[in-house]
Amino acid sequence: MPLSLSPSTSTPAASLEAKQKGPDKTPPIIHLSAVGKRFGDHQVLSDINLSVNHSEVVCLIGPSGSGKSTLLRSMAFLEEYDEGEIHIEGRLLGWEIDDRGRRKHAGRTRLNQARRNLGIVFQQFNLWPHMTALGNVTEALVRVRRIKRSEAEKRAMEVLDKVGLAEKAKEYPARLSGGQQQRVAIARALAMEPKIMLFDEPTSALDPELVGEVLAVMKQLALEGMTMVVVTHEMGFAAQVADTVVFLDQGSIVTRGTPSDVFRDTQHPRLRQFLQNYLDRNAFWHTTPEQET
Amino acid sequence: MTFDLSIITANADAIWNAFLVTIYTWLAGSLLGLMAGLLIAALMLFGGRPLQRLLRVFIELVRGTPFLVILFLVYYGGPSFGVRLGAITAGVLCIAFYSSVYFAEIFRSGFAAVPRGQLEAGECLGLGRLQLMWRVQLPQMLVLILPAIVNMLTILCKETAVLSIITVPELTAVLTGIGTRTFTFIETLLVLCIAYLLLIEVTSRVGRWLERRVGTYLQR
Repeated sequence: MPLSLSPSTSTPAASLEAKQKGPDKTPPIIHLSAVGKRFGDHQVLSDINLSVNHSEVVCLIGPSGSGKSTLLRSMAFLEEYDEGEIHIEGRLLGWEIDDRGRRKHAGRTRLNQARRNLGIVFQQFNLWPHMTALGNVTEALVRVRRIKRSEAEKRAMEVLDKVGLAEKAKEYPARLSGGQQQRVAIARALAMEPKIMLFDEPTSALDPELVGEVLAVMKQLALEGMTMVVVTHEMGFAAQVADTVVFLDQGSIVTRGTPSDVFRDTQHPRLRQFLQNYLDRNAFWHTTPEQET
Repeated sequence: MTFDLSIITANADAIWNAFLVTIYTWLAGSLLGLMAGLLIAALMLFGGRPLQRLLRVFIELVRGTPFLVILFLVYYGGPSFGVRLGAITAGVLCIAFYSSVYFAEIFRSGFAAVPRGQLEAGECLGLGRLQLMWRVQLPQMLVLILPAIVNMLTILCKETAVLSIITVPELTAVLTGIGTRTFTFIETLLVLCIAYLLLIEVTSRVGRWLERRVGTYLQR
């Protein structure tokens, strides 16, 4: 089995050290300033300020309805934020500012330019069920990047192999498990060689025993230095892999910090209350920061 | 009662030609109707609000008009506007026009059935709207809307009988013509029924075969 991604191959702790050796002096790859969004009367996001550096892994946590998914989807302009600015690699995402300082929708080409650096993985996988795993991965390579089919299939097989699914290339999604489908979805995004991967609750729709294989792939990506923003309920994953954990509640960032700041040292009452639910269910993995000490 | 099928064999050539005219008007009209229907549905999906409303009104208007009236309007009303069409051409166009709105509604329901997330995923990968429609939505819709389309096709097949009113030499016109001239109503009507039944049976079978074929990817 060509699965090179088992979590035991390299300890996450070692990788975090490696990452922290060279502090990044380059400007942030994602920059959000004063981002806000409302659905009618309801303020879903307010005054979000967030920077993500190259190779940084940011986990967004918070109760449901806290706006974490909306925030992540805004970073791909799948939700239109209506206040503030989001810059991806210095490019304003989704909007254009005209001469009079008013914002209007950016054209499709501009939006696609900004999105070109992004890969996004959804809770519901969103694979195209009428295409094989291979077809799902090659589609955009052939039709967007205009790569020859044989070339595209070669590249697709490489990424499918990376997520451990080379032997399932010819299967339709209906014949794959949820975990396998999600790994194909990750491969589909990776094939476009994005600089940033956005994950919107990638394991929330999975049976518990399938969560691990998807997290393992994500962990491997983090180790390889991929910039990642992850909305997740997997506190163990956040504790192990994140450089920064951001806690949202009611559309605002309540607090943020390193995993140990957020999971161990926080005094914030709302965050403590939120985390207590997980502690009660013993939902942390074995290597929580508590056990590392 | 007399029952004499020799009247059929004596007119076999004329009946065969009429059969071909029926098939031609039916299939050509349906094909145009399908294309127009897809166009209307796509415009309703991607066009702006005003266009959506306009098309909505158009659909309601056409749906609210009997086929016969549409036929009269085009064939007998057309010349007042300088549109003079041959009977067969007028017949084909009327079937296309009439069916386009029904097909549009079928396509619209199909578009709505493909989960939005699949489009979001494609959008983020840089696929354009037309590419998504052609590559993601249509192939999946087909499985869902095929029964409705086959159903509509069988209705249209029988609707071609109405074309006899504007002198299209199709099955109904020719066979009832023979019947009235020779007083052989039972024989001619029997052949008429069998001919339509045959066409519809073939359509249903092709439809079921297609359903199985396009649906293979759904099998676990």
